[in-house]
Amino acid sequence: MRAAPKRAGEIAIGSGVALLAGPTGADAHLVTSGLGPVYDGLLHLLVTPENLIGVVALALLAGARGVVHGRRALFVLPAAWMVGGIVGLAVHGRVSLALMPLSFVLLGGLVAADVRLSVSVMTALAALLGLGHGYLDGATMDQPGLGASALLGSVAAVFGLVALTASLVVTLQTGWPRIVVRVAGSWIAAIGLLLLGWGFRPGA
Amino acid sequence: MSRALDPRGWPGRALLAASALLLWAPPGQAHVEAGQAAGFLAGVAHPISGLDHVLAMIAVGLWGAQLGMPAVWMLPVTFPMIMALGGMLGLIGVPLPGVELGIAVSAILLGLAVMSELRPSLTATVAVVGLFGIFHGHAHGTELPPGQSALLYSVGFVIATGVLHGVGVAVGLVHGRPWGRRLLRVAGGGVAAAGFWFVWRAVA
Repeated sequence: MRAAPKRAGEIAIGSGVALLAGPTGADAHLVTSGLGPVYDGLLHLLVTPENLIGVVALALLAGARGVVHGRRALFVLPAAWMVGGIVGLAVHGRVSLALMPLSFVLLGGLVAADVRLSVSVMTALAALLGLGHGYLDGATMDQPGLGASALLGSVAAVFGLVALTASLVVTLQTGWPRIVVRVAGSWIAAIGLLLLGWGFRPGA
Repeated sequence: MSRALDPRGWPGRALLAASALLLWAPPGQAHVEAGQAAGFLAGVAHPISGLDHVLAMIAVGLWGAQLGMPAVWMLPVTFPMIMALGGMLGLIGVPLPGVELGIAVSAILLGLAVMSELRPSLTATVAVVGLFGIFHGHAHGTELPPGQSALLYSVGFVIATGVLHGVGVAVGLVHGRPWGRRLLRVAGGGVAAAGFWFVWRAVA
């Protein structure tokens, strides 16, 4: 009778080792989560710095300006991302990568300079970023089996990322934490400037 | 035979099962995005691989800490953006004569500023540091190894430079103590002395 639990443990451990060692086909173009297209899209955004940095920059800007701006960005950015993504999915056209560094310079510069913005300007920025990056996101989702479900995952990731980042930054209104936010903005703007250089260098 | 290798024991059976599964590997169909992590690591490594850049960046942080608010945060916020502007100019082919000499002179002047606890106006401080930033960016921001990601190289480069500033500011906070003040002046003298060596190396 004492052997039964030991036997069950052996089987469980043996099965675990076998599952861990069991290889699966590496068929990813970008990232395959193994959990379906929604999670593929979610993961796609989180491991794509081109989109990730833009979303973080807007979340920093919105959070630094306060709760009202943060809430506005939280809903406008994902909605615009969805619209832009649907257009990108439908068109699958050429994408201009100049948008990415320009958005980094603009948003990062605004965060670094701690510029005061009205809610309507914040809304416009979130809409523009969402439409532009969403279009890039949708246009590059050209793998079979992705499409609208993956875009939904990306939009969910945008929502979650803005919610977490902006809500954190809203609490960082004074002292060194506020300076750290501004430094992060200057880094994002610097990355955008370097990328503009890479994009326009002779022979690029 | 040890128990682990005995095929009658559960560890042996698990090992056998794992080996069989490893042999059963399907073909890999991945499009590997080569150079992604390497680009980031090259960007991080580049600023810290040159002593001239390291000393100048740390000296910016030390000087900012000596000057106190608002220079202590304004320099680290401003410098990355102006440095990236220099990098962009280099990338699009705008020549800048005497880049190496400019970097060496930056170490001398920043070191002397720390050593003498120089306190110019905030505008003059930002202008001087910004001017040096253009030289540093022009020289170092453009050296992407072939086949690596420009975006992640830029991210790594900016982060490493920012961290060097942070180290300078953190060390410079000892300025509030009498022994710390003397220590900073000695460190400034060391940076300036190294700067003279860089000049000699640049013109030799």
